[in-house]
Amino acid sequence: MSAADITFYCFAVVVVTAGLFVVVSRNPVHSVLWLILAFFTSAGMFVLLGAEFVAMLLVIVYVGAVAVLFLFVVMMLDVDFAELKAEMAQYVPVASVIGLVLLMQLGMVFGTWTFADDAMAMRGAVAPPPGEVHNTAALGLLVYDKYFPLFQIAGLILLVAMVGAIVLTLRHRTDIKRQDILAQIYRDPAKAMELKDVKPGQGL
Amino acid sequence: MAAFLNTGLGIFIIVALQCMLVIGFVMVSLLFLVYGDRKIWAAVQMRRGPNVVGAFGLLQTVADALKYIVKEIVVPAGADKTVFMLAPLTSFVLAIIAWAVIPFNDTWVLADLNVAILYVFAISSLEVYGVIMGGWASNSKYPFLGSLRSAAQMISYEVSIGLIIIGVIISTGSLNFGDIVRAQDGNLGLLNWYWLPHLPMVFLFFISALAETNRPPFDLPEAESELVAGYQVEYSSTPFLLFMAGEYIAIFLMCALITLLFFGGWLSPFPFLPDGALWMVAKMAVFFFMFAMVKAIVPRFRYDQLMRLGWKVFLPMSLAWVVIVAFLAKFEVLGAFWARYTLGA
Repeated sequence: MSAADITFYCFAVVVVTAGLFVVVSRNPVHSVLWLILAFFTSAGMFVLLGAEFVAMLLVIVYVGAVAVLFLFVVMMLDVDFAELKAEMAQYVPVASVIGLVLLMQLGMVFGTWTFADDAMAMRGAVAPPPGEVHNTAALGLLVYDKYFPLFQIAGLILLVAMVGAIVLTLRHRTDIKRQDILAQIYRDPAKAMELKDVKPGQGL
Repeated sequence: MAAFLNTGLGIFIIVALQCMLVIGFVMVSLLFLVYGDRKIWAAVQMRRGPNVVGAFGLLQTVADALKYIVKEIVVPAGADKTVFMLAPLTSFVLAIIAWAVIPFNDTWVLADLNVAILYVFAISSLEVYGVIMGGWASNSKYPFLGSLRSAAQMISYEVSIGLIIIGVIISTGSLNFGDIVRAQDGNLGLLNWYWLPHLPMVFLFFISALAETNRPPFDLPEAESELVAGYQVEYSSTPFLLFMAGEYIAIFLMCALITLLFFGGWLSPFPFLPDGALWMVAKMAVFFFMFAMVKAIVPRFRYDQLMRLGWKVFLPMSLAWVVIVAFLAKFEVLGAFWARYTLGA
């Protein structure tokens, strides 16, 4: 086994273990922390594959932003998990049937899946030849050059989804006092303060 | 000897020694940065600052570190012990490992990654975990409030830092620090550096760096007048030392980043002087001085002002700048002022 193989198996074991602990850990915050470990180790596997740009994006986007927000939400949850677990117990039979069906389907697909003869060649043909460009540049050429319209449409769909989410959650309440930032900024001492000359012993 | 150094073990030993060298440099600078920070702060307030331990108080930080280490570690009741101890470790280790890709001179770099700048960005985006985990695991109100603030703050300013970095990347055409610095080389000395073409972004980056590292005036996660000390409230002894050290190392890293991205790294500011690692360290020290001055003279922001500045001022400005730089580079305005890349290379 080469050093790369050993590293791969280390990462693989850590990813699977972390994934397992995401599911079994009792504390949801620990679950998210295990999930972060899983993301991080997957990034390590991408580096082993030579896809360092994807690895860094995985860390920046998933670990650096998405998981932080997960953690943010989970920490503020105040859920009694013992109660939730007891409620969950009654769904176990149905859930296990669904799980079994899914597992069977996956197994069948795995057994019957075959690659077309020229699948690898077709996949390789679209990418710039490795060794000539860095994989950052190769990815850029694919996404911003070869498949530019598709990429833009995907971006547009995400934008629509984002606008939709904002519209659904934005509430303009009229019964609260709002902060007017501009008014605050343009306030000056002359308008905000009144100086009075107080005579000693008299008060205002 | 030469044969041994080419074996796996030999290379391992060399790399380990190089790592120790970089860590040694960072730790020794840390001692004097903390001292310098306190001295500058004191000078602005017309105090003397540390002046008892060693000549001019130079060894004050050593004394403080020793004191932290020999004290007792107090873990609050109801704290999540593992996460509680993991938090300062995360914060310290992440601050250290980002230095692996920082070049101090041409070819003086531990790992010459071709995505080096993304690596630093990824690591610095992870630093928020030390703070969040510390605040949550303490099982106490103030630390938790501090860590929530910090999570929102660091994510907000990361966005604008990322966009500013993209502008520099567009100009250079590479994600490698070596390439970024070499693209700033030229026969005009300091006028060739990126601070001139990317002038507005230098200020934005500096301010975002302050917010990203929780430095005053953006030190709301540990605002002592509202949250006692934020996420650090329950920490004592060595864990506190690790938090503190991690914070200063992250600040020093930001100084290195500003130097590399906008101020020509190891390049000499005058064409007739030789380039070298000394320039790099000197520039980093100058930026640390500016960080320290800001701490001393600017009052703390209010939290809503901080968020507004991040999302409504910095984000649109840096986003617009990315588009502007893309056009300026594409149409080669002013020759190669913005387009320092060589097409096809």
